[in-house]
Amino acid sequence: MSTTAVQNTKWWNGGKSPFNLEYGKVMMWYFLMSDAFTFGAFLISYGTIRFSTNGWPDPNHVFSSYPFKAEGSAAAPLVFVSLMTFILIVSSVTMVLAVQAGHHQDKKGVVRNLILTIIGGAMFLGCQAWEWAHLFQEGAWWGKNPFVNADGTHATTNFTNYFFTITGFHGFHVFSGVIINIVMLIMTLNNTFEKRGHYLMIEKAGLYWHFVDLVWVFVFTLFYLV
Amino acid sequence: MAHQYNAETYAAAKKEIWKITWILSILTLVELALGYWMYFSQANMSHSMVMFIKGTILILMCAKAFYIVAYFMHLKHEIKNMIMTIIVPLLLFVWFIISFLYEGNSYKKLRNTYDKHLQEQTTIKVEEKHHGTDKKHNTKETHDTKAEGKH
Repeated sequence: MSTTAVQNTKWWNGGKSPFNLEYGKVMMWYFLMSDAFTFGAFLISYGTIRFSTNGWPDPNHVFSSYPFKAEGSAAAPLVFVSLMTFILIVSSVTMVLAVQAGHHQDKKGVVRNLILTIIGGAMFLGCQAWEWAHLFQEGAWWGKNPFVNADGTHATTNFTNYFFTITGFHGFHVFSGVIINIVMLIMTLNNTFEKRGHYLMIEKAGLYWHFVDLVWVFVFTLFYLV
Repeated sequence: MAHQYNAETYAAAKKEIWKITWILSILTLVELALGYWMYFSQANMSHSMVMFIKGTILILMCAKAFYIVAYFMHLKHEIKNMIMTIIVPLLLFVWFIISFLYEGNSYKKLRNTYDKHLQEQTTIKVEEKHHGTDKKHNTKETHDTKAEGKH
């Protein structure tokens, strides 16, 4: 479709989607928008509380460990969470490759990239489970905060409450995304999309998966970096 | 729908994906570099410098969000009607962020001005307490406390 044709099309005259997309995809976008407001409300609430509190724990101090770290070795801030971030970015790339493979009726490509995406998602969940377990062992949980503020003053439990609530909510989204991707993989292997003649379902799963990655961009920056 | 897919578009799509992957990776690495810069030299950094670096990190965060939504979620290649139906409602966030953070900051100022007890309570230095099951850690902590007691 050339650009001039797009401009001459009367999108709102009826008879076709004014968004030039199928119904399911538009609805997935609207669902993601409502989800964006949910996460946005969480993160802005976190920001509000942080702005209204004297002192806040230093993330470089709180998140400074990784699995199999030797006792007493130097603090390693950002190391483990960068690994998690890259795992999620790479899984987002394999997901978009699966979507493109679907557009081009490349079943093998869809299967390969979906499997890689599922592995990436599972790895991310494993990392998050380790981090939660580690923080729990250090005495952090909802309502319990063993860490002090960056300036050495007593910290409120808001820090741990927000951390566990928001990363928990995000982790649950990752978990749902992995389940959705497994369903997509089974449907692909059963030739459901091949018989249907298109892989548009993969595209909707892809939108959801990218949204999960998008939320992590914000969580990573706002909890671990600043 | 008038999308035409062939080997040529497949190659072009893959090329674009890898380009965006590089951009996202580099942006993340720059964010991490800034984070480490703050970590290693925060002690001799002015407050405004820290705020400047944090602001830069937030701008990079928004850039990453743009690339994910525009290319991975394909929004940039949709028609204008679709882009607008997503972007315009999200503009509410601009008001949402500004007003709530302003409100939080104002609440802090008011409490510190009129609730002196709270202000005193939140400026007392305390020692970090560990509930860890790790015995080694606990012994080390008591040791530290003793050492401090001698001073």
